[in-house]
Amino acid sequence: MMMLKDTYSAEIEATLAKYPPENKRAAVMPLLHLAQRENGYVTKSALYEIADLCGVAVTEVASIMGFYTLYHDQPGGKYRLQVCTDLPCALRGANEFLEQLCANVGVKVGETTADGMITIEAVTCLAGCNKAPMFQVQTGEGLEYYENQTVESAVALINDLVKR
Amino acid sequence: MAEHILLRHRDIPNIDRLEVYRQQGGFEAFQKAVASLTPDAVTDIVKASGLRGRGGAGFPTGMKWSFTDRKNWPHYVVCNADESEPGTFKDREILTGNPFQLLEGVAIASYAVGARVAYIYLRGEFWPIARELDKRIAELEAAGLLGDKLFGTEYSLRIYTHLGAGAYICGEETALLESIEGKLGQPRLRPPFPPAVGLFGKPTVINNTETLANVPLILQRGAEWFRSFGTEKSPGVKIFSLSGCVNRPGNYELPLGTTFRELIMGRGGGIAYGHKIKAIMPAGNSSSLIVATDEALNTPMDYESVPKLGAQLGSASVIVIDDSVDIPWLINKTVHFFRHESCGKCTPCREGTYWMSQLTERIAAGHATAEDVALLKAVAGQIKGKCFCALGEFSIEAVLSGMDRFKDDFEAKVSSYE
Ligand SMILES: Cc1cc2nc3c(=O)[nH]c(=O)nc-3n(C[C@H](O)[C@H](O)[C@H](O)COP(=O)(O)O)c2cc1C
Ligand code: SF4
Ligand code: FES
Repeated sequence: MMMLKDTYSAEIEATLAKYPPENKRAAVMPLLHLAQRENGYVTKSALYEIADLCGVAVTEVASIMGFYTLYHDQPGGKYRLQVCTDLPCALRGANEFLEQLCANVGVKVGETTADGMITIEAVTCLAGCNKAPMFQVQTGEGLEYYENQTVESAVALINDLVKR
Repeated sequence: MAEHILLRHRDIPNIDRLEVYRQQGGFEAFQKAVASLTPDAVTDIVKASGLRGRGGAGFPTGMKWSFTDRKNWPHYVVCNADESEPGTFKDREILTGNPFQLLEGVAIASYAVGARVAYIYLRGEFWPIARELDKRIAELEAAGLLGDKLFGTEYSLRIYTHLGAGAYICGEETALLESIEGKLGQPRLRPPFPPAVGLFGKPTVINNTETLANVPLILQRGAEWFRSFGTEKSPGVKIFSLSGCVNRPGNYELPLGTTFRELIMGRGGGIAYGHKIKAIMPAGNSSSLIVATDEALNTPMDYESVPKLGAQLGSASVIVIDDSVDIPWLINKTVHFFRHESCGKCTPCREGTYWMSQLTERIAAGHATAEDVALLKAVAGQIKGKCFCALGEFSIEAVLSGMDRFKDDFEAKVSSYE
């Protein structure tokens, strides 16, 4: 079985060192981020390993994963395209943008394309409200913001991502 | 245009590079503090400046620092960079544009309260920003500006970033502490307040990103200089995040006490697409709706004037609503957000936001009766004053003020259905 410790031992050490030794539990969230970077979602085995590293029960790590929306316990599309539809963005056409984008790509909000590449989701404010319509693209490795978007620019981006 | 105090990257290219920041006098204030001022003297300067917290509540910063319990050690400083209030995008600009000024602010606050470890809590979506900050912290350590025995003294300081993972409630200071500790982001009972019992059970000062970014220049240029901006009770400048139906949305750094009119019609270039202004939400999604009368537009944006309009300045995230916007649609949006973000710890908020969202959905769609509107008001009334933390209270601000101040919009919805 692939262990995080084998690949990321230095990073795990550095993460644990950020917190007082008697509060290792504080490393749960950073280690979940690390695990997710590896696969785009947190695997069962990573869950057990993190519980072990931080000295907490597996169920507690699982409940933390459930509470925070950025963690995923299921593989999604390779790229999660998350459009903000909160009030300030909605006042600048975010709902219409999302609707047209979905129609263009041929999925409903929350669905993944048949090739497993793109999931389109609606999310809450991303602190880019002045540049709506905007979205973030979440991948295993990280996050990127795309602001002042049009349906055309978003579709072009998707075509680009699929080719990568 | 006056020079910026916080958004200095707009005047000084490359101030996000350490050598440029230092050419501008960067880290001299921190060095001066550590090498020649007592922690109390630093706190006194911040007190004298009248700086108030920019995270929403406007609490006097120096006073908060002085509450740190000196019988319980170690102490911690936590910078709140969770920035998740819809309509707020100012901390992100500081973090990316002028990061060293924030880091110096964190360092000075840490020295003032005797903290040797500080955490910057960033929302999970700011992952790339956190990675950049980590590099900058490493640069500061390499330059001898952070680390052990600074400037030939016994004082040592480490700054670490900590990422959230998508939960608005973690902006609330005690939920934020739980989150750093590796727990669910649910608020703690207060008191005790964090300066008495905070992170890992130790005294902790939590300040907003913008608050801390003010500190280096207050030390460098003095409390009097700081008080030359803003009003008597709300000194200094503020970053107003302007969004919604305006021609030029964006961050505007202006003295506290600038009028809504100057921000919206002046800087923001007025209302887009030839529409007229209808309402203003000065504190993002958590805001009451202000009817955009001439009197309201002429009101100064500061902590003492906005409450006279039946609203709060909060984080100064000004959302502009024009006359094409239907208020029931709008409150359905705000309620939907709070329902999604309720942490579920207490019943009035968890159940109340759920029921409100069911009702506002129906009202906004034009499928509601007058009884539904009355029920919405009743449910909001049940939430009021009964929640464990302010999120629940925020959830009814737009609902109650909207129903009260924009009655026609609701009547039109209901009568067209009945
Ligand atoms: C639901 C809720 C969300 C909050 N979100 C934030 C936030 O994103 N950023 C922030 O600085 N303060 C936020 N606050 C305020 C913090 O609890 C706290 O008052 C603030 O960080 C203190 O810093 P200041 O004194 O410098 O303003 C929030 C409060 C509540 C109740
Ligand atoms: S008011 Fe809402 S967010 Fe606050 S503790 Fe209660 S359920 Fe959680
Ligand atoms: S409301 Fe969409 S980014 Fe803030």
